[in-house]
Parts: sequence; structure tokens; C-alpha cells
Amino acid sequence: MTDKGNNGVDEMQVDVYTHEQRKKGSIPEGFNADYLKLYYAKLFPHVEIFKWMSYGNDGKHPARDTSYFGRREFSFTLDNDVYLRFQSFNSAAELENSIKEKCPFKIDIGPVYSVDPAKRHAYAQAGDNVFKPVERELVFDIDMSDYDDVRYCCSGADVCLSCWPLMTIAIKVIDFTLREDFGFNHILWVYSGRRGVHCWVCDGRARRLNNEQRAAIADYFRVYKGNENSHRKVSLAGPAMHPFISRSYADVLKLFFEEKLLCGQELLSTEERFQMILDMIPDESISGQLQERWKASWRPSMSKEDINIVRWGQLKHILQSGKQKAPVLRRCVEEIVFTYTYPRLDMEVTKHMNHLLKAPFCVHPKTGRVCVPIDPEHCEDFDPTSVPSLAELLEELNMAGSSNADSGWEGTSLAKSVSFFKSSFLQPLLKSCKVFLPPMPSELECQPIQLVSAGVDYL
Amino acid sequence: METVSAQKRKTTASEPSPSLPLYRSAPELEVSLDDFELYAIDRLRVLKAMSDGLSRGKKPDEIGALVTELWKEHMQHPNPSDVMNKDIISHFVLRLVYCRTEDLRKWFLSMETTLFRHRFRLESLEVQRMLMSEFKLPFKALSNSEFEAVKEKLGQVARSINQPLPTVDSTIFKVPFEEVPELVAGRRVYMLKGDAYVAMNQVASLVVTQFRSHLSKALVLTNRKWTSMIQEQEKDRLTPIVEALSSSYLGPDYSQPKEYAEISIKDIDRVANSSFPLCMRHLFDKLREEHHLKHGGRMQLGLFLKGVGLKLDDALAFWRVEFSKKVGTEKFDKEYSYNIRHNYGKEGKRTDYTPYSCQRIITSTPGVGDHHGCPYRHFSEENLRAALSKMGVSSRTADDVMDKVRHRHYQLACTLTFEAIHSCSCDAGINHPNQYFTESQKILQQRSQAAE
Repeated sequence: MTDKGNNGVDEMQVDVYTHEQRKKGSIPEGFNADYLKLYYAKLFPHVEIFKWMSYGNDGKHPARDTSYFGRREFSFTLDNDVYLRFQSFNSAAELENSIKEKCPFKIDIGPVYSVDPAKRHAYAQAGDNVFKPVERELVFDIDMSDYDDVRYCCSGADVCLSCWPLMTIAIKVIDFTLREDFGFNHILWVYSGRRGVHCWVCDGRARRLNNEQRAAIADYFRVYKGNENSHRKVSLAGPAMHPFISRSYADVLKLFFEEKLLCGQELLSTEERFQMILDMIPDESISGQLQERWKASWRPSMSKEDINIVRWGQLKHILQSGKQKAPVLRRCVEEIVFTYTYPRLDMEVTKHMNHLLKAPFCVHPKTGRVCVPIDPEHCEDFDPTSVPSLAELLEELNMAGSSNADSGWEGTSLAKSVSFFKSSFLQPLLKSCKVFLPPMPSELECQPIQLVSAGVDYL
Repeated sequence: METVSAQKRKTTASEPSPSLPLYRSAPELEVSLDDFELYAIDRLRVLKAMSDGLSRGKKPDEIGALVTELWKEHMQHPNPSDVMNKDIISHFVLRLVYCRTEDLRKWFLSMETTLFRHRFRLESLEVQRMLMSEFKLPFKALSNSEFEAVKEKLGQVARSINQPLPTVDSTIFKVPFEEVPELVAGRRVYMLKGDAYVAMNQVASLVVTQFRSHLSKALVLTNRKWTSMIQEQEKDRLTPIVEALSSSYLGPDYSQPKEYAEISIKDIDRVANSSFPLCMRHLFDKLREEHHLKHGGRMQLGLFLKGVGLKLDDALAFWRVEFSKKVGTEKFDKEYSYNIRHNYGKEGKRTDYTPYSCQRIITSTPGVGDHHGCPYRHFSEENLRAALSKMGVSSRTADDVMDKVRHRHYQLACTLTFEAIHSCSCDAGINHPNQYFTESQKILQQRSQAAE
């Protein structure tokens, strides 16, 4: 049942799509400037984004930095691919009005600079580099297309429920490590709208990291040698694995590999696929043995078990049995699991303070889906195919009726996401900001030694 | 005797280590102007040789050995109590020299940090501990109970990086991870709630980070003091020395050509073909082709020829022959000959200009219509390969050369070319076009003598 409304004439007339179409979310007409205008008018959580970006400096605390929000860079990508960088705003109202007026197809968030980005040219002349980033969340970007060599269900821009577990794995491994190893607490995970996830670490300590420290964290997470040009090689050499690595393997990777990906991706079901795994075994007599066995039998006579599970069991048995003395062979099983599961980060995104990253709650132009937060505690329940889409939300607004002119996102499918953002992320974050604002002058005691870690910046 | 004081701070009473100062504050020592310059030059030799070694891809232990050797060679002093003074003074003088632009600061910071790292590593654990406490780092070693709680994890980390297992007697420091980015990046430390657990043998990393951070800030402050006060105040005394030091090339300056390098105008084409480095060949060929060169090219080639032994009269004749084909002899005599005589110190300031070193040539920026500069830097890959092929370099060698170019090691690229053409190695590496010429001529003459 379709009833085409007059686009742009009457705000509340929205095309009605069938339930099926909405669910698939692949309607190109589900994204256009008019819909977006409505979205920014009624649904986008402007105030929450402002509060987040203010980190408590918009409050009444006498020690607040009133220039803080105004020194943050935003960038807008407009309809005709026009790209506006170094946008900055001095209040929530300015931010909201500019978004509503310009209706950007994408909003990126950059760093907080030493001075208002709008004034950067005035400072470019000074030799001492006075215009530079001073704070920026620690961010991560994980993109499913980086896993194309280990997933068979889709490739490129597509994602489905068979390969989405790779994202779940990435969230679990990285989230846990950021909290446990690095001591960070205020972490926001966001669906990128199409095929990946973003991570924003918002602790003050994280925001004050310099590029070298960010690179160190990115490298701490790195397990692959080689790049896009050479075959990715996992290197787990050594008599033992670092506790972070062994923990990730034992708690997340092994489980997901054996229980989800092995069968979900049918990693050992065809010759082409199992050969890729056999090629990772450095001992040809063993890989040869398995190869023969698997080429010969399509299905073992008795068992009703999934063939991937059976074969994996056989592989593990040979490599990990007591007979194998060579540690390199025992390590082989882990290396295979790592290759098929371990998170693949975009290092460049994490390393640079001035890297721009898409803001949460944007709508992805190609899918129409909203970039909603993901709860890391329940990330295995996240379903990218049922994320609210723009068309769906506007339809919901429509149905809520014009009597609720101010309702906004409440009452729509977006409510859950915004509530989660506020209660699980924003509130605890702002509470911690209150605690860490510098003390009042009368409370100042003798200053402790300025450590590198206290954020005194250097070249 | 005149006093040097780079910064107005109180001196630390005494240095903790007998051999490794931390350069926390400028010393209140007296030094003669001569020593001011000479000490700095000696230290600069160490830093530059180290820099060379690094860009040639030497490994850390090789660099360590190199540092020991260089220090012994350049930083000794007949009076043993002055060795430390020389160390400290030379460092602070070079701070003045290298604080003045961001590139200079970056280079100096990098070299001094590397130097410090290697010297620190060579010290005993005792001394290392002492130096650590000098930094007044508020990091405590783990207590026994704290150690027991994380012993197993620490052991696992140690095994993962092939290090000895920590025992209850080991000193382990709990340190915010921001202090040891290298160790974090390599997963060489146990991490818990934002703290890195650093073993005594990893302490170098900690201290080096502190050293670098401190020096980096100090350089910025020094620069401010320099521009706001010192440069002007010292314009008749220290400033000329400081300014000369930063662009100093530390090899022979080829202002006095050796006997066997003297060439006359008849020899030019022959030696250009056999012994000119690519930058000069290119200029030479262009000159022959177009009968003209713009100012930058005239300077670079002209001074090179002077260094190679071309006498003023021959030089005038050479340039006249070419230029007159384009602009006529009268114009040449009126407009161009003056500059040539100027280069030889016969006009104006009468400075005897010295031929440009590679460093200087590489950093020049040729514009449209210019042919000077370093071809390894400025030519496109296609043009460079064509030029190398013309010189007789095989395409296999050209590949190696291109690899050096891609990594911006232009002098190494030129060295490879030299080695390919002369079929012998050049360990010193090319850092001056006249050096290329001299070495080339040496080899060719040795060969022709052997043949006789």
C-alpha cells in the first residue's frame, strides 16, 4: 500500500512503505534531503550531542572553560558533496540551527583545538604552531570490508547476520581491553550505519593523549604484520602470549570461532576454503594428510555433525596432540583462529588527533539507517539489519500525529537508542567531569609534579 | 674568557653520574669563545655521524657501538675533569643552534635522545637507578605483596618477549602507560587499569621518554629566549658562531682544490662525463644544450667547477663560450662575468665562496626553468631512470637507487650510482659533489696508473 505524498510541501506527509520494505531498509528513496530535514527538525538529539561535547563546561561550575565547546571542530558534508571543515559553534542553539539550516548528509566530529577553528588563520602566522589540537577522544574504526578475505557470505559494503559476529568479537575484545588494561571507563560504541562500528573513548585521560600515545595503543592491539599489499600474517611467536592476547583468545575468539564462524561461514566445507586454512600449517606432511582425508570424504559416514566442526576437530587433534613437540605447530591453531576472528583496526584513524569521525545519530546516506549506539554488554544481540531507518522513523512520527509536535524521538524506535546514550554513557560521563574539574582557587594546594601523563603537551 | 649562559636557571649542585649528565639546566661555567665553537663542532660530528648511521639502517646494537666509538674519538679532552664540561657545554651550545626552526629542533631532539638512550644503556644498573631518581619520577617499585598479586601475569609477559622471569627481588615499577609508549606498543609490559608494569631492564624507555619531553620543552623555551633577547644581544659575539654552526657541513670545503684535481678548459667535457655527479652533469649538459643557465644553476655549477680546480680565467672563457651563443659576448661581459668573478672572490665582499655541499643542494628549491638542486630529489622517476641510464647505470642498479629515493635517502642514491659506475664501494658515502669528483678522479687515475 503506497500513498505518495507531496515531498516538501506538507511536512507531515511521508511516503508509506510496506512493512517488508521498511524492514529491509534498502530503499534509496528512504534517504533524501527532505527526510533529512525532518530528521534534524524532530529526531536528531542536538542537546545530547552538545552536552556530550561540552564535557561539563556548559554547567555552572566556576572553574568551567566557557571556550571549550567553541574550540571543537565539526565538519559537514552537504548534499552536493560540498565539504565544510572547521565549523565551530559557541552554543547548543548555534549547533542546532546550523545543522537544521545546512542539513548535512554527514556530520563529522574533530578535535578540540587550542583556539576557535574559525580563527585559525590568525594564528597560522605565529611560528610556534599555536593552532593545534589539544584534546580529542581516543577513537577506533572497524570496517567489515577489511575482513573480506575471511568471510564468504558477503563482500564489500554488505553485511549480514552471518558475518556480523566479527564486529561483535571486535567490540568485546577492544571494549574489555580498554577498560581492563588501560583503565578507561567512558566508552561509546556506535554502529557506523552500514558495515562497521566506531568506538569513542571519552575519559579525560584519553582525550589528552598525544599522537604517539594513540599510536602506541593502536599498536598494542595490532596482531597482523603486513598490509593491504601483502598477505596478512598473524604472528604469535614466542613461548607464551601476552596476557591480553591469551585472554582475548580464551574468552572471545575461540568461542566465537568454534560456535559461530566455523559453521556460519562454512570455513572448511569446500576445497577452496579448507585449502586456505591448510596453507597456514607450516608442516606439509600434516597439511597434506588432512588435505587427502578431506578431499576424499565428503561426509564422514556415521556422524550427523556439521562437517566444519568435524574437520576442525580433526585439525586440532593432529596439531595439538601430545605427539607434536614443535611449539610452532601448537601455536598454529591459535594463529588460524586469530586470522579469522581477531579485530582489524584502521590504524590511521586511531593514531591521529586531528582525524575526523562521523558523529553518532547521523543517518547513513546509502542505507538510510541511523548510526545508533551499541551496548557493549549486549553487543551479541545487536542486529544491523533491524536498526531504525530514516523512512521508518518518519513513518512513526507521522503516525504519532501532529498533536505531539514536540515529542521528537520519544515514542519512536529511536527512543531506546537515545535513552541508552543518555543513561549509560552521557550521565556517568558528565558526573565524572564534575569530579575532575580543577578545584577552586581556595582549595588549591601545592601542585604535584607535572607528569607526561597529566597531559602537559609537548612537540 | 667569557661566560656562556643559555638559560637563567639555578645550577644543580653536582651531577649524579660520573659520565652521563642530564642537561637539566645551563651550567655556570666559563668557556672561551674558541672552545664554545670547537666543543660544539665536535659534538656535532658525533650527532651527524650517528644520523648518518641511522639513515643507513644500522641496527640498535650497531648504533650503540658507533656511539661509543664516536664519543671516544671526538668528545675527549686532555684534561679529564674537562670531559664532562665539554659534554655539557657542547650540548647547550647546540641547543642555541638547533632551537631556531621546527625542523632543526626535530632533528636535534631525535639525535640527542638517541645518543642519550645509548649512553644510558651502557651504564651500570646502579647508575641507571641513580639517573632515574634524578628525574624525580614519582614511581615506586612494587612492594612484595603487590608483586605477588601480579607475579604470574608478569611472568607470562616476560616469557612472551623472551626475557628472564621476574622474582621477588626484581625491581618492578608501576607507571602510567603514557610514560612508556614504546613498551606499550610492543606489548612488552603487563597492563592493568592504565598502569604499565616496567621491569628494571626496560627502564631506559621510561627515562628516555622523560629526557625527550624535557628537552623538547627546553628547546621551545630556548628559541623564545633566542629570538626575544639573545640573538640581538650577542650579535657581535655568539650569534655569528651559532648561525654558522647550523648549516655547517663538516667535511673538507673544497675551496682549495688539490693538485690532481686541477683541470683546464680542454679537460672539461671529458671529466664531466667520467667524474661529475648527476647534479652537475645535468647542469653541464643543459648548459651545453641551451647555452644558458639561470642564477641557481650558475652558482651551483660555477662553484663546483671552482672546487674542481678550474681557474678563474678558464672559468670566464668556459662560460663565455656558452653564453655568447645565446646572449652575445658583449652582454656576457657586461652582465654575467661579474658574478663569476664574484664567486672567485675578486669582486665586492671578496668572500671566497665555497662550493655547495649535498645538504645545501638537496634543500634548494628549483623552480620553472631551473636545473639546479638534487636530481635524486627533484626528478620524476622516469627522468631519473633516463639520466642514470645515460650515465651507464644498469636498470637493476637503477631499481636500488629508486628505492633509496623513495625513502628520501638522496645521498645514498648518489652513492649507489657512484659505486655502480666506478665498480667499487664508497663507504664514506657522498656528501659533497666535489668529494664525488675527487674520489672518482682518484679511482680513475689509480686505474690508469696501474694499467701503465
